[in-house]
Amino acid sequence: MDDIFRGELVRLSGDDPQTVAEAFSRWNRDSEYARLLDDEPPKLYSVKKFRAWLEKKFEQDDEFRFFFTIRTVEDDQCIGFSGLFGIQGNHGSAWVGIGLGEREYWGKGYGTDAMRVMLHYAFRELNLYRVNLDVFSYNPRAIHSYEKAGFKIEGREPKSVLRDGQRYDMVLMGILREEWEHPVIGEVGV
Amino acid sequence: MFDAIKNSLFEAEHICLAPIQPESDAVIEARWTQDASYLRMLDREPARPSSPEQVKKLYDAIEKSVEEDGKLFYFTIRLRRDDRLIGFARIFWIQWTMGRASVQLGIGDPEQRGKGYGREALSLLVRYAFAELNLFHLGASVPEYNPVALRLFQGAGFTEKACQRQALYRDGRRWDLLILGLLKDEWREDNGRHLSR
Repeated sequence: MDDIFRGELVRLSGDDPQTVAEAFSRWNRDSEYARLLDDEPPKLYSVKKFRAWLEKKFEQDDEFRFFFTIRTVEDDQCIGFSGLFGIQGNHGSAWVGIGLGEREYWGKGYGTDAMRVMLHYAFRELNLYRVNLDVFSYNPRAIHSYEKAGFKIEGREPKSVLRDGQRYDMVLMGILREEWEHPVIGEVGV
Repeated sequence: MFDAIKNSLFEAEHICLAPIQPESDAVIEARWTQDASYLRMLDREPARPSSPEQVKKLYDAIEKSVEEDGKLFYFTIRLRRDDRLIGFARIFWIQWTMGRASVQLGIGDPEQRGKGYGREALSLLVRYAFAELNLFHLGASVPEYNPVALRLFQGAGFTEKACQRQALYRDGRRWDLLILGLLKDEWREDNGRHLSR
């Protein structure tokens, strides 16, 4: 991979807060997207309010140092975001998060491609050793995508997620650098 | 029904959960931070010694977070007989809509370890989380190299839910981080009480 920001379908981009705020404000009105993404109730912020929130995050918050927008290689459309959060330098670990706000790109490999680019960035630019993520058990499409990118399920917290009166599991996944370097072909059905 | 309301949420046989006394506690806690092995048992943050002044700043940040964010409850653990500070306990990362949170505690005073005080504090903390905060799921993370903590949480009814493989790097080798959990459904008030040590 010569260009570390670029995969087959998507590339990572830095965008100004106005662009990100417009996207976030629009995407969050899609409650299905919001409930797949996060366990916090979705913020129905205006563009202006999101912009103020993001500017604060970008300026003050170390958490947002490795935050990117996801753009399509084909026509440079901004379709989502990704980031590495909670980086712990002493242990070489971080959390990864990815959201595709544009629904027409769901289930077509864009998220998996974005995750591959993120893992390459994590292991080859930040030199991390381990990347974690949490995903809801009602999001099998995401779980499958993460498995394709090389993540392993490391356990689940049964009934710890409550949505629409039903209890679901939190699924905990992780990938180690050596697993990413030497993927076992055929371990996961593609 | 009212009998339950009369149960003290903050007092066990030997210890109690109590507020921070910033001036005097900071001096004691700063001393605990000179003990790297204690800090490394607690969490994944890099161990570093703190001055009383730094600890006091931390207390300010804790109290601000308790009041403003509403996602943290923090207690000191004190001996009932003389109100001496021996540790801390907290419920943090509270996700109210789903009833999720994490718990953590530490007995910082080395003289007071191994006496069952941690067990008393954990059972108060869990009762507070389920019976007062009405939470539903409690998580705790324990490094592989801390079997004492693992037994403590298991004694309170926690079971292993996940294993973050090789998540910790200390003293030149990698260790797993065990993720434990306890649901309100699984919680029994007497968990751990009948266990002998």
